Amino acid sequence: MLDIRGLQKTFNTGSPDEVRALRGVDLHIESGSFVAVIGSNGSGKSTLLNAVAGGFMSDEGRIELAGRNVTRWPEYRRAKLIGRVFQNPFSGTAPHMTIAENLALATRRGQAPRLGWALSRHLRQTFRERIRALAMGLEDRLDNEIGTLSGGQRQALTLLMATWLKPRLLLLDEHTAALDPKTADQVIRLTQTIVAGEGLTTLMVTHSMHQAVNLGDRLIMMHKGRIIRDIGAAAKKRLRAEDLLEQFNEVRRADQLDPGTAEMLRDLYV
Amino acid sequence: MSLLLGSLTIGLILALLALGVYISFRIFNFPDMTADGSITLGAAVAAILLVHGIAPIVATLAGAVAGAAAGAVTGILHTRFRINGLLAGILVMTALYSLNLHVMGRSNVPLLATASLAKEAEALGRAALGGQSAFNCFGWEVSVSDMAMLVLAGMATVAVCIGLYLFFRTNLGTAMRATGDNPQMIRALGVNTDTMIVIGLALSNGLIALSGALLAQYQGFADVQMGIGMLVWGLASVIIGEALVQSRGLAMTIAGAVMGSVLFRLMVAIALRWGLNPNDLKLITAVFVFVALILPGLAARIRRRKEAAGCA
Repeated sequence: MLDIRGLQKTFNTGSPDEVRALRGVDLHIESGSFVAVIGSNGSGKSTLLNAVAGGFMSDEGRIELAGRNVTRWPEYRRAKLIGRVFQNPFSGTAPHMTIAENLALATRRGQAPRLGWALSRHLRQTFRERIRALAMGLEDRLDNEIGTLSGGQRQALTLLMATWLKPRLLLLDEHTAALDPKTADQVIRLTQTIVAGEGLTTLMVTHSMHQAVNLGDRLIMMHKGRIIRDIGAAAKKRLRAEDLLEQFNEVRRADQLDPGTAEMLRDLYV
Repeated sequence: MSLLLGSLTIGLILALLALGVYISFRIFNFPDMTADGSITLGAAVAAILLVHGIAPIVATLAGAVAGAAAGAVTGILHTRFRINGLLAGILVMTALYSLNLHVMGRSNVPLLATASLAKEAEALGRAALGGQSAFNCFGWEVSVSDMAMLVLAGMATVAVCIGLYLFFRTNLGTAMRATGDNPQMIRALGVNTDTMIVIGLALSNGLIALSGALLAQYQGFADVQMGIGMLVWGLASVIIGEALVQSRGLAMTIAGAVMGSVLFRLMVAIALRWGLNPNDLKLITAVFVFVALILPGLAARIRRRKEAAGCA
């Protein structure tokens, strides 16, 4: 479904702030699999997601999605294939527009907007039913501005919007990081229901060891712009949060060696 | 009475300007300086076509289309060539100054001897009232020509308001509002925000140029200087309108822009009548917008300070 080859990206090239965010990422994701991505700050995990979404053009490499080479596609064109939920609950919805208007935009993801009415009675009825299933008490607030909702409610709606038309790939970028634990839990359960129910191919970046271990059927660990661990379904089932923490510490210890030695050790042992 | 009628008429004509500014400034969050040039462009194109004997309605619409083209150019400079929005508008505005002179052939085109929408409205009004040139309205003597133009401006504004309201509820209009509200979100839903900005600025400047075309026909001339300070004027109207309606709803903000424009024109007319030097008008408009822009933040700060003092 998603095929990434040799992806590289450097920000602020040639300036003192130069950041080599992606240093040659190869990744192949099968249709219907749910991949969690974990890594420390600055490891490039969010950059990888953004590169797939088209937030910037990569310097090197090739991204193939659903059999199409999308490497040079602008962000809005890739949105036809991709549903997205952002880390910041404010990013995924238009705050000064109503719930119904936001959802109406989502029902036409990937289509050029034309002059038909955005809302209809039938559409509003469908919205009400789908929102009732979220169990967040929003079904009677279709005409409230989204800006008046809590972060958790917004993330739940964004998730609903991203998957309203079945996306070929769902990108979740630490989508519970800004929520309190209880709400995060609610959004995660909703994520599981939707992903499993629709059999969505999903790439989820997370900061939470707990989520990384318990969600999905494959785990990828990133470090310094590369994928350093790729744990498949069978090994992941046995994985515990402590194991993951141990692996993190290992990486950190390796970091304290000089880069050349670290490279050599990585070649030897990874 | 004629002061009141005149202010209402100009207020309604400039309401189209206010609606244009509302689209660029409030919906797209884009400070579009093109307005100063496109209002003159609308007036210039309409005036020169009228002088050449083109039907007034066609000339007026041609003015609006020319303004829309100017807005599209600003949008393309901004989106395609990544020029800062403010600068893109200033570039087009500056270029339009020369272009307007070329269109008109001189700096001022009088329309007193040509056909115009104002004269057509007056003729229609006279026919309706059996050929009188003035009639009695609640005890005041009102000239038919003043009243006819007021009705015409009112009808044009109402039609544009209804059109805009309906447009912003279509898929395209909704996507345009979302582009101003949260561009990241609407791109993630597959909408090309660059296209939305170009269409939005075209629509905005089309309305502003329509306002210019009507204004030229009402006052009886087009002048290359008539656009100076018009963006700030429109902005003042929009801000007054927001204060009046206190609502973010689409219908109310559109109505607010119109009410703001009429009220602002009335306030200016009264101030001029009281002896305000017309040369100071733009200065006072600018100061007014400045105060209106900082007032909400200032009020919040004072409130916070009071609360902090209350806690201590």
